Amino acid sequence: MPSETLEATGDVRELSYAEAVREALGQAMEADERVFLFGEDVGVYGGAFGVSGDLVHRFGKERVIDTPISELGIAGAAVGAAITGMRPVLEIQFSDFVTLAMEQLVNQAAKIRFMFGGKASVPMVVRLPGGSGTGAAAQHSQSLEAWFAHVPGLKVLQPSTPHDAKGMLLAAIDDPNPVLIFEHKLLYKTKGHVPAEAYRVPIGQAAIRREGRDITIVGSSIMARKAEAAAERLAGDGISAEVIDLRSIRPIDFTTIAESVRKTHRLLVVYEGVKTMGIGAEISAMIAESEVFDFLDAPIIRLGGADSPIPYNPVLEKAAVPQEDDIVTAAANLVRRGEA
Amino acid sequence: MSARKTDDTSGAQRPNQRPELAALDDETIAGALTRMHLIRKFEEAAEASYMRGLIHGTMHLSIGQEASAVGATLPLEAHDYILSTHRGHGHCIARGAEPKLMFAEFFGKETGYCKGRGGSMHIADVEGGNLGANGIVGGGLPIAVGVGMSIKAQKNGRVCMVFFGDGASNEGAFHEALNMASIWKLPVVFVCENNKYGMSMDISRAMAVANVADRAAAYAMPGHSVDGNDLAGVAAVAREAVARARSGEGPSLIECKTYRWRGHSKSDRNLYRSKEEIEEWRLQDPIRRLEDELKAHDRFDAPSLMKLEEDAQREIDTAVEFARTCPDPDPKDLTRDVYAI
Ligand SMILES: Cc1ncc(C[n+]2csc(CCOP(=O)(O)OP(=O)(O)O)c2C)c(N)n1
Ligand SMILES: [Mg+2]
Repeated sequence: MPSETLEATGDVRELSYAEAVREALGQAMEADERVFLFGEDVGVYGGAFGVSGDLVHRFGKERVIDTPISELGIAGAAVGAAITGMRPVLEIQFSDFVTLAMEQLVNQAAKIRFMFGGKASVPMVVRLPGGSGTGAAAQHSQSLEAWFAHVPGLKVLQPSTPHDAKGMLLAAIDDPNPVLIFEHKLLYKTKGHVPAEAYRVPIGQAAIRREGRDITIVGSSIMARKAEAAAERLAGDGISAEVIDLRSIRPIDFTTIAESVRKTHRLLVVYEGVKTMGIGAEISAMIAESEVFDFLDAPIIRLGGADSPIPYNPVLEKAAVPQEDDIVTAAANLVRRGEA
Repeated sequence: MSARKTDDTSGAQRPNQRPELAALDDETIAGALTRMHLIRKFEEAAEASYMRGLIHGTMHLSIGQEASAVGATLPLEAHDYILSTHRGHGHCIARGAEPKLMFAEFFGKETGYCKGRGGSMHIADVEGGNLGANGIVGGGLPIAVGVGMSIKAQKNGRVCMVFFGDGASNEGAFHEALNMASIWKLPVVFVCENNKYGMSMDISRAMAVANVADRAAAYAMPGHSVDGNDLAGVAAVAREAVARARSGEGPSLIECKTYRWRGHSKSDRNLYRSKEEIEEWRLQDPIRRLEDELKAHDRFDAPSLMKLEEDAQREIDTAVEFARTCPDPDPKDLTRDVYAI
């Protein structure tokens, strides 16, 4: 089944998410001369979140390039390099600043291949640390991934584990299209098993993190982790939840979701981006339009970010995005409702 | 602190002093020094609060840059506007904001300037003419153009002063804003606080010209590069730029060459600069420099200077105590201010 994660055979260690991303970057640069990194403070500073770390010392300033604070310019430079034989990997320091780079990503990178009748391709990767929970307030905490999933020509990934962070980044660098990877800032320090070799996690495949019978919980990015924790608690209450980690929102793995809902008859979708007009709306509509609709025993429920910018105050900040308790409550209510 | 007089003629009574210093009377100097102390003490207390776990999030401290914030705003009138940056605590205090309401914001309290919604990077005092700090580098620059248009349309004689960093001058927004302000002769003063670094990137690697002020030539406006740690020097240049803006002659670009003593933010390990460089700049402390000059000219004695500093410390201590005891916002008000009604 597509939901299976490719487990590599060799050496497997505990790495943090940030270390796993760095390992992928290093392996990609070792294997392919065309790959280079650039972005604000990715060099000797090591990246705002320490992701690039010591890479500038390993690969030199020609391949790990500090840029001026010029997001539109660097996004466009990535496009230019990509269409002429390079494999740029760009870091946008906080995903919020991608708003300054929209033109090049949306009008240029996403459309060049199509507009040119398939005669060019744009093999570039953009890494974007996003999400709330660090007290960085409204302009440094957004989850904007759904914007890009609305643009044909782009691929949009949200790996939630160190294993996937590495494997999906390597797959993205191989991919001949522009790929945006949204990395939740709170995931950077989380640890997990990561094989030492360079392996790929295919783009467009969701992962079933936990099998269950009563309800399907689809989560993306950090919400997949929270859904797993919630499922553990629900099990204590006798509710068997199946947890699907979306991993890729464009392309989206509808098959895995549909098969799960066919089995559980209930669906809860959890994501940090603003609930309105978000990922959950798309998934709900896909189910509603498919024959799986007939298998539902209860309405589909979405848990997403509030209709509010992310506030600074920590109490408000938590209230603005779904928490583990919210998932437990929503799932339990949904299961009870379906039984009534 | 209401002393904002910058009486040029009184300079004649202080013939042995350089004209920039002579131009500032004692009341103005005392007011400026008080503000510089308030900024320094505010930042120190902010840092200490962070260390004690009283705030979450990050902050960008402006210790070492006090003279540029206070000097640049010195010629502004009460109804003028400023726009600030992520490193904005100093601008806010220089413009006359109340430290206790700033600390309340910093602690995320309902009583803060932005009711705890904005935090360190978004402190605004709209009634006080501070149209806000900004989390987006360069974000304030085009807004200043619009404020300038508004002033011109309303013929209210005000001036808009917009602060930004050397790093921000590499954003497209900087170039677009200067061009528009210039073609429309808007009453805007662009103040670049060149502290030598973006986050970690030295200006010599980030731009091909030696001075940010050199960029003014491309937009046919005056460009001044000044010692940003010299309060009187900054004030003199700002006075000229503000007068030009107010008289309808158009915008100016001022570059204050200064230095931040602390890291960029709390996660900075200072890997991109040397201890020696930081030490050298600490010797250029804008507060001590001004005090030494005042003492040398017998304008203030040591005890009266000491008193200004102690009073500032007391005000900051009181502000922190006030802020700590204020209430948190209520989560039920989460979406209250998303739209105007
Ligand atoms: C558009 C945008 N890009 C990047 C950042 C991250 N960032 C915040 S401050 C900063 C450095 C800004 O340098 P400068 O303009 O010189 O101001 P300074 O921090 O030196 O006061 C960076 C890169 C941001 N906040 N906004
Ligand atoms: Mg700077």
